Amino acid sequence: MTVPAVEIQRVTKRFDQTVALDGVTLTIEAGSFVVLLGPSGSGKTTLLNILGGFLEPSAGRVWIGGADVTFVPPAKRPTTTVFQDYALFPHMSIAGNVGFGLAMRGVPKDARRARVAAALEMVGLPGLGGRRVHELSGGQRQRVALARALVVEPQVLLLDEPLGALDLNLRRQMQDELIRIQKRVGTTFLHVTHDQDEAMSIADVIVVLNRGRIEDVGPPDRIYLRPATRFTATFMGETNILEGRVVEARGGRGRVETALGTLEADGEATPGTTVHLSVRPEQIVQQADPGADPDAAQPLGAAEVTEAGFQGTHLRVRARCLDADGGADGGADGLELRLRLAQDSAIQPGARLNLAVKREHLVLLKD
Amino acid sequence: MTFGITLRNLPAIAYAALLYGFIFLPVIVLVLFSFQASRVPIPPFNGPSLKWYAAVFADARMMDALLNSVIVALVSSTASVGLGFLAATALARHRIPFAGPIRALLTAPLTVSYLIIAMGLLITFNAIGMPKSLLTIGIGHVVINLPLCFAIVYSQMGAHQAHAERAARDLGAAEWQVLLLITAPMLWPALFASFFLSVTFSWDEFIIAFMVSRFDVTLPVEIWSMLRSGLNPKTNAVGSLVFGVSIVAVLLLDFAIFGRSKRR
Repeated sequence: MTVPAVEIQRVTKRFDQTVALDGVTLTIEAGSFVVLLGPSGSGKTTLLNILGGFLEPSAGRVWIGGADVTFVPPAKRPTTTVFQDYALFPHMSIAGNVGFGLAMRGVPKDARRARVAAALEMVGLPGLGGRRVHELSGGQRQRVALARALVVEPQVLLLDEPLGALDLNLRRQMQDELIRIQKRVGTTFLHVTHDQDEAMSIADVIVVLNRGRIEDVGPPDRIYLRPATRFTATFMGETNILEGRVVEARGGRGRVETALGTLEADGEATPGTTVHLSVRPEQIVQQADPGADPDAAQPLGAAEVTEAGFQGTHLRVRARCLDADGGADGGADGLELRLRLAQDSAIQPGARLNLAVKREHLVLLKD
Repeated sequence: MTFGITLRNLPAIAYAALLYGFIFLPVIVLVLFSFQASRVPIPPFNGPSLKWYAAVFADARMMDALLNSVIVALVSSTASVGLGFLAATALARHRIPFAGPIRALLTAPLTVSYLIIAMGLLITFNAIGMPKSLLTIGIGHVVINLPLCFAIVYSQMGAHQAHAERAARDLGAAEWQVLLLITAPMLWPALFASFFLSVTFSWDEFIIAFMVSRFDVTLPVEIWSMLRSGLNPKTNAVGSLVFGVSIVAVLLLDFAIFGRSKRR
């Protein structure tokens, strides 16, 4: 059995009155690329700071590589950090920056020079060791910060929203680079971000944090397609939430009575309770002939398009649900659905659509 | 924009001339009559002559005092900057109880007159039986310069350095390595500026040096004892030397503070 790279047990952190982390327990496998995802104030940076040793938890324990490091100062931890503002040393050359950690570990000068050169090469900045920090662009500084943190071969690399200051194209490019570098060095990466797209494109495992608690842990596709909680469903991109009452539950499936009719969804449920169903906009489909092929998709009834915006890859549509009799009042009245339709569907506001959704696309959420 | 002399800005020019004249005329007169050839530093000017400078450099007591001044200025300024730096680091980087009152106490000596400080030091040195010497003068100069060094360094400690210090710790640096390799080099302009400001203040400080010294005296005290025997172009010459050294220190200070912004 391999030792997990990081084990966090019931870690709580209080700042005066506020609770930043509330009993967080998490195990991170060695060699994985983990993203801590959450809105600002969710406690993700606090958790990273506790792992880096910059903060001590109010309660709970932290193990890194099997050793209890709860109260070990940053300098003595097998972790290094890529900081949000990079925190490069402006009075040193690039080589001085990258070699700093090695110098602190007493690596002799010749070995240091070789390892600094190799690290700069790995991040795509070969031969720039002699430059000064202020001569580099934002993206280059980012790479230097990465090289500086990786050159000492930490067990866990902590990345604190490192791509936040970069423009979109550069960010995409750095995301790919991060994945490539992580695969190459095999170090466990723990990356903090509030950007869902970034999380999905780089993570092996996403940890969704909200108000100091872990909402969900899993691979990106599972987190997106089968979110465990309502928060995860709404935070991981757009979704439609339908409230309903469970009328029947059997064999990992539930029948839920909603304003749009009784819908079947996968998941555990208790009959008689109120639950929420989530369905992604792109999973609501148009059904040409209502009533046809009921096994393939469950009808959601008719809806009138109120807004349609072209987004390039798709058409972003808002639609107001209509009652079975075609009127806009009654059970489904006021319920708005967000849809993503094909880019060439040429739908205008006012158009009527017959909507449907497959059972496996409806997610029964825990609140 | 042009700065030609017009009737409109004549009052402003006259005001500036008066202002600078008031400030610099005594110094100009002092320097001018240090080149006087005759025995008295009063008009008319007859010269120029360097004989009074030669007399200053030939005066063993004067040269001793000059050396003493240099030693006191350099050692006391180094001590002031070092202590001020450590105090600023402690107050800016760590949560310490009563940080507010401690900060106030550290800067309080700036408001006390040198005469009062000198008297206090004199009483203290007497009470603990410490003989008056260059050491006591140096201690006095640390007392007046430490608050200044602390205030300058403290004002320059921002989040920028704090982040770099955090990164250094993260990379394995011990506390003393962080201070020596990150904090101090990043504060280099502030440390340099406070050092040279301390040097200028120590260099021409008279009251404390006068009251807590006995046999070994600094240059201002030596000049004062020379003045008691009447005016003499030699006093002008040594005064000009003191002034010249201060100018050099201030220029270095200027370079430290303003040279930085040019390099950015």
